Amino acid sequence: MSEIPAELRYASSHEWAKNEDGTVTVGITAHAQDAMGDLVYVELPEVGQVVAAGDEAGVVESVKAASDIYAPVSGEIVEINEALEDEPELVNSAPYEGGWLFKIAMSEETDLDNLLTADQYQAQIESE
Amino acid sequence: MGHRTALYDAHVAAAGKMVDFGGWDMPINYGSQIEEHHAVRQKAGVFDVSHMTVVDVAGAGARDFLRHLLANDVDRIEPGRALYSGMLNERGGVIDDLIVYKRDNDFRLVVNCATRETDLDWMEKQAGGFAVDIQERPYLAMLAVQGPEARAMLAGLLEGNKADAVNSLKIFGFAEDGDWMIARTGYTGEDGVEIMLPNADAVALWDQLLAAGVAPAGLGARDTLRLEAGMNLYGNDMDENITPWEANMGWTLVLNDRDFIGRQPLLNQQQNGHAELVGLVLEGKGVLRAHQKVILPNDEEGEITSGTFSPTLGKSIALARLPAGASGKVEVEIRNKRQPAQVVKAPFVRNGQAVYKEI
Repeated sequence: MSEIPAELRYASSHEWAKNEDGTVTVGITAHAQDAMGDLVYVELPEVGQVVAAGDEAGVVESVKAASDIYAPVSGEIVEINEALEDEPELVNSAPYEGGWLFKIAMSEETDLDNLLTADQYQAQIESE
Repeated sequence: MGHRTALYDAHVAAAGKMVDFGGWDMPINYGSQIEEHHAVRQKAGVFDVSHMTVVDVAGAGARDFLRHLLANDVDRIEPGRALYSGMLNERGGVIDDLIVYKRDNDFRLVVNCATRETDLDWMEKQAGGFAVDIQERPYLAMLAVQGPEARAMLAGLLEGNKADAVNSLKIFGFAEDGDWMIARTGYTGEDGVEIMLPNADAVALWDQLLAAGVAPAGLGARDTLRLEAGMNLYGNDMDENITPWEANMGWTLVLNDRDFIGRQPLLNQQQNGHAELVGLVLEGKGVLRAHQKVILPNDEEGEITSGTFSPTLGKSIALARLPAGASGKVEVEIRNKRQPAQVVKAPFVRNGQAVYKEI
């Protein structure tokens, strides 16, 4: 069973969100990277771009397929993980650490309440 | 639940991720498709390809039947040799691509699993008037052992005629020992063999190969390896509406005086011109995928038929059907943005090395 850290929140589209004083780090879950297989290309948003929760904010591509990444919360992109340009495989090897995708300065704190808890996300992937 | 090969439990034991493939439960990978790909390019890997359909064609009319049925000509080869061919419809479209093995008294065909019923129906329909007996051989499993060290590692596990065959077969040659058929063929662009053997023997050989250090390799790696090798995948790169000319299979056509199915449309197309299947190497960002649009400098358009990230080259590659004579730089539409790509002559990789040439 894939790791699902209890302290994170999750989107049903398999992104995780970690809030630190209003800055939300976003990545894809261990379950998602495992389902996609070896990642070979990551397309990230631009710093300064403003996104609404649910907007497309990037693409991850594995050997077999491309998958859209959605912003789990609304706000402005303030940082992207530039290491992924050369090492997209970090998303496979460390999805919750070195494989993070981007950070959002959250504009609506209540967006977090619309995300799943670890238990709810676990229940979702078990029912898939 | 789909069909299971004799190796199903062995795949699960090797942590194979099982997926549906043409009605069969098959391993897509055993953890990392890219590692399996590299294992085949650098050392040795083994694929279970038992889902493929083995059909024996016997009888006094077998030779004449196959010279009518296939666009390549079985008269080109001696017994003990194999031949790649398209089986075409009346319009010259490809019903399937296959390997035909010429034995002393009959022929064996290996066809794709997804087209099994279409193929068998077509063969039965065309067999009228020929003295032939067409028999499927579902009791046979099939393993592909591929990579620069594959034959040496496999030969070390076998004895007698089987080991001799693995050591001494020429490319596209085959030998038989009892119910085993060993052929120096493959779908990876590396040296290696494909072995047909009774289901009852398959697990033992698989276990021995893994114990000897041969990597289990799944359908994912099989696809990236064949695409690097510039080999077509039926259903992607050609189908019943695509002729061999349009699928880089012109080299398999023998347009002599025999009357094979699809001959006249092929002759017409040879006169009138046709689209071509060529290679692309992406120079922009992203990954090339099937069905992406290709735009030529003169605004003519084509389409990618297979695309992937090439683990060996570290860039994205594709096969694309483009208007005749396309060359140089083109653009590929990826998520509504145009990315530059170079037209090349496939294969991209042979025996571990980049070999493609810009055209």
